[in-house]
Amino acid sequence: MLSLKNLWVEYGDKIVLERISLDIAEGSFVSIIGPSGAGKSSLLRVILGQERPTRGTITLDGAPLPAECGPDRGVVFQRYSVFPHLTVLGNTLLGLEFAQSPFTARLFGAQRRAAVGEAEAMLASVGLGDSLHLYPAQMSGGMQQRLAIAQALIKRPRILLLDEPFGALDPGIRADMHGLITRLWREHGLTIIMVTHDIKEAFSLGTRVLTLDKRRHDPHAPHRYGAAVVYDLALRKSVDEAGITIDANHNNGHE
Amino acid sequence: MRWVNRRPGRGTAFLLGAVPLAVLGLTYIIASAARHAANPADKILPLPGAMAQAMALLVFEADPLSGEYLFWADTAASLWRLGVGLGIATISTLLVGLVLGVLPPVRATLGPLVTAIAVVPPIALLPILFIVFGLGETAKVALIVVGVTPFMIRDVAGHVAALPREQVVKALTLGANSWGVMLRVALPQAMPRLIQALRLSLGPAWVFLISAEAIAADVGLGYRIFLVRRYLAMDVILPYVAWIAVLAVVIDFALTQSSRRLFGWAHGTAH
Ligand SMILES: Nc1ncnc2c1ncn2[C@@H]1O[C@H](COP(=O)(O)OP(=O)(O)OP(=O)(O)O)[C@@H](O)[C@H]1O
Ligand SMILES: [Mg+2]
Repeated sequence: MLSLKNLWVEYGDKIVLERISLDIAEGSFVSIIGPSGAGKSSLLRVILGQERPTRGTITLDGAPLPAECGPDRGVVFQRYSVFPHLTVLGNTLLGLEFAQSPFTARLFGAQRRAAVGEAEAMLASVGLGDSLHLYPAQMSGGMQQRLAIAQALIKRPRILLLDEPFGALDPGIRADMHGLITRLWREHGLTIIMVTHDIKEAFSLGTRVLTLDKRRHDPHAPHRYGAAVVYDLALRKSVDEAGITIDANHNNGHE
Repeated sequence: MRWVNRRPGRGTAFLLGAVPLAVLGLTYIIASAARHAANPADKILPLPGAMAQAMALLVFEADPLSGEYLFWADTAASLWRLGVGLGIATISTLLVGLVLGVLPPVRATLGPLVTAIAVVPPIALLPILFIVFGLGETAKVALIVVGVTPFMIRDVAGHVAALPREQVVKALTLGANSWGVMLRVALPQAMPRLIQALRLSLGPAWVFLISAEAIAADVGLGYRIFLVRRYLAMDVILPYVAWIAVLAVVIDFALTQSSRRLFGWAHGTAH
């Protein structure tokens, strides 16, 4: 469904990513791991449309992806994903308000009641049904990430991009969030691309794990070579989470 | 207990804050009494009674020439100029600062102009304003506007431009366009900062107001102070200065309170 062809990302003369070619199937859960600075966030930003690749194309179902962020791709960052000036309900309503009211970006009357109902249902499904009127500053990190997920999902995006969404959470909350994201992924038929530093998380959640790293290294000019996909593992999950089998090792990219 | 950890309660803090003010007042009275003991006709440090007498004339008795209660006429004129000036400054800041902060092309176009205006000392522009607008109200209001707006615009635009990029990206993925980002993301988060900038601009605004009134006016707190200066009328000047301080404190307090009331999320207070 999502297809990246020969993608290069450069900042000035620093090459961050080189020759990234990927096909991502609808409904897959792709985890991206790799050392810090490898360009994981850069790849996500390019797919999101926040930045343009220096070379290469991205197509969604064969059509070039618009190079601007839009409601077809949802995102949750590690931080700053929710708006501090809006309550939980306000944050969740925002996506509906932008869509239904282009001029005032606010809803009134029956339209608002319908939107509030939808937002409340979404918040209930991420476990924030009792916190509708809290502001983000009054919530824990885990609650804020739940809100960020609800806020993104209410737009029914086809693709959800997550950049270290659980990086700042403690292990217990993290496990809860893993359960939550897996459930929402199945329920909404999402395609998820998640960057993480936690290898265990990458393997336990993903149906496919990509590793970004530099394949070549010039000790005198480290910036001349970018990172590429060095491992690309497809996982087949049995119903009980214990049995992960590494299925294939295609598109691995070594010359 | 270490000093950094000592937090006075409300009552204690009030008392502590009152002490320096009381000391100041007491020092004045002692100094004034001492001067009057040496020279009963001293005009430099009038006794409280003399100040009350002089002020009573301005506050409670209509001026025989104009039929106006001068103190109230001065206060109304000055507050009107201050209010109109700061009102225009606030509205222009909101419009320009928001657009400047949110839209990079506009920032590239207008940013240098705002900076250029901001570095000109406003008082140097006062003669130009008098020439252009005449000696009436417009020039005085214009001085306040010219004096505080560039600073406020730069402050608010800088704050908006420094909002995390993630917020803008997030809004776009939620279906917003530039207008939506401005209206629902930037504007609400600019408001508390705008009030903050307004508070910081109050001091300069008073300076510009009083300068303009001192040079060309026929009513106003600054005008009165500079008028009675010719007669060394400290019994009027000191109460007027104190009154200006009271007005400034009240306005500042009202702004702080309204910001807390309206934008509680920005002050870390629970709703
Ligand atoms: N806007 C930019 N301008 C210049 N260089 C950049 C920019 N953004 C990222 N880089 C560089 O690109 C490289 C990859 O950055 P990126 O944030 O994608 O890494 P990452 O894999 O997400 O790292 P981390 O795991 O620490 O988040 C880094 O070396 C960084 O210095
Ligand atoms: Mg990153």
